[in-house]
Amino acid sequence: MTTTEHSYETAPALIGTLRKAQNIAAMFGLLGIIVTIALGLSQPTLDQFFRSYLVGFWYWFGASAACLLILMTQYLTGGAWGFIIRKPLEAGAKTLYAMVFFFIPLLLGREHIYWWTTKEGMADKVIQAKNLYLNVPFLFGRTAIYAAFFIIMTYLLTKWSKEEEETKSTKVSARLEALSAPGVLAFFILMTFCAVDYLMTLEPHWYSTVYGFLTVISWCLTAMCLMVATITLLAKEAPMDHGLKTKHLHDLGKLMFALTMLWAYLQFSQLLITWSGNLPEEIVWYIKRWNGGYGWVSLILLIGHFALPFLMLLQQSVKKNAKTIAMVAIYILIVHVVDVYMMVEPNFTKVSDPHISISILDITAPIGFGGLWLALFFHNLQSGSLLALGAPDFHKALNHGKH
Amino acid sequence: MSSHAKETAPSLYGLMAEFATPTELVVAARRTREAGFRKFDAFSPYPMHELDEAMDLHDNRVAKFTFIGGLCGCVGGFSLASWCAAVAYPLNIGGRPLISVPMFIPVTFECTILLAGLTAAISMLVMNGLPSPYHPVFNVDPFAGASRSKFFLCIESADPKFDRHATENFLAGLNPSEIAEVAP
Repeated sequence: MTTTEHSYETAPALIGTLRKAQNIAAMFGLLGIIVTIALGLSQPTLDQFFRSYLVGFWYWFGASAACLLILMTQYLTGGAWGFIIRKPLEAGAKTLYAMVFFFIPLLLGREHIYWWTTKEGMADKVIQAKNLYLNVPFLFGRTAIYAAFFIIMTYLLTKWSKEEEETKSTKVSARLEALSAPGVLAFFILMTFCAVDYLMTLEPHWYSTVYGFLTVISWCLTAMCLMVATITLLAKEAPMDHGLKTKHLHDLGKLMFALTMLWAYLQFSQLLITWSGNLPEEIVWYIKRWNGGYGWVSLILLIGHFALPFLMLLQQSVKKNAKTIAMVAIYILIVHVVDVYMMVEPNFTKVSDPHISISILDITAPIGFGGLWLALFFHNLQSGSLLALGAPDFHKALNHGKH
Repeated sequence: MSSHAKETAPSLYGLMAEFATPTELVVAARRTREAGFRKFDAFSPYPMHELDEAMDLHDNRVAKFTFIGGLCGCVGGFSLASWCAAVAYPLNIGGRPLISVPMFIPVTFECTILLAGLTAAISMLVMNGLPSPYHPVFNVDPFAGASRSKFFLCIESADPKFDRHATENFLAGLNPSEIAEVAP
């Protein structure tokens, strides 16, 4: 195998680009947050503010969390696709240090969106029957556990990854794998509870067993699209310009494709079971998402979030071309805001009097959170190498697709 | 095979070069392509994506047929389920509409996959001319290694640029471990 010697240092021009991107993102973030807060305070109640806060927070918190999940997964599976996005994934996972604190406003303003936490909700018979799980102290405790899990896992994985890079010791690589295996397991269990706590309890009488998994898969789709968009941007300069091969893009495109289909598959399994059962307490969730104008948004999701990306990603030429795959990734990132919006907003309409509620805050909040998230992400990317130099199969992964 | 080629080299299917490594085969295929040859083929024990690029192969008819097959399965599956439930044997099931769309999706999906898969397999076989009980390349004894550890490149005499001696010299320049004549 011949490997021409390249510099694996991040090009100074790229650092400049990242810094510029960081500043622009931070500006958008601050602007978005200021507008969201100002508009939120100008309304008679804070209800809409917290709903939109949840939309924005959930989207970007999910991106961070899925970065951690994909990071752990690629330690377990190996493969060149994981190698090429490992450093961006670490940068994404590190945003969790900040993102976990954004749970606090939700907990403080819980009575504005989580009906079950209000006096009226607590008096409800069904809620009382679920009191063992649905009580506020336990909710605080669970949130603390999620936050601790994220901080500890991210800290250890990034610390050991640095150690691996410095020592090139396979012992450290083995340690990373050993932590990732229980990490993935714990992630799915904990995040199932997290999705129940922060999204499903918006409709506290309703339940679905596939919900947690569906949520995690939606997050993974967001994170994967972010990674594809990021590496095509980074590949303009060293060291990614000779690190990123068509084969890597093709692999990542296939993963995007798989996640798009898995998203649709899980959404549909939930619908199919509810449709077959046709039970009053189960169908509420769908009735709200079909009447009063929400049906059109559901159709937009079906076509825009599944059919279109499916047909685009079906083609090999789209997946192998950096420009087209980045465009599809950005498109999915945009249309996914609608998905998160549909997870949150329809819960607040009444079955007897359904009408759609689209607030300008639902747009400004994701922009605000997104700006902050991207600023942190671009900041994290500037420190350290952009290629996982310590990976045991570094050269093999770099020459992916070459014999 | 054109009759013209048969006149110039009636007793020859082509010339075959043997290579020890996959890299040499890819380089050889690229240079053969660049030298202007079009009727040639490369043989390797396992699929190599670089070979497609080196040989400049852009035939994606199987993909197109598969897509059309899948589309037929999708429409056909849904129509079949709808016809059964709404026309042939209408049955009110728990007050749901006769064309109960979510319930038909699994059938539609399965039919899509089935027809797409069958179309892919069948169109691949047909367009490759398979099954093919006889092929001249097997007349070269070492070619048996093509399914184990050897790599081969065969330029056919049907190629307009083919010339018994010039082509042999060209192949010799590609650094093969052996060159053999392929009987028709």
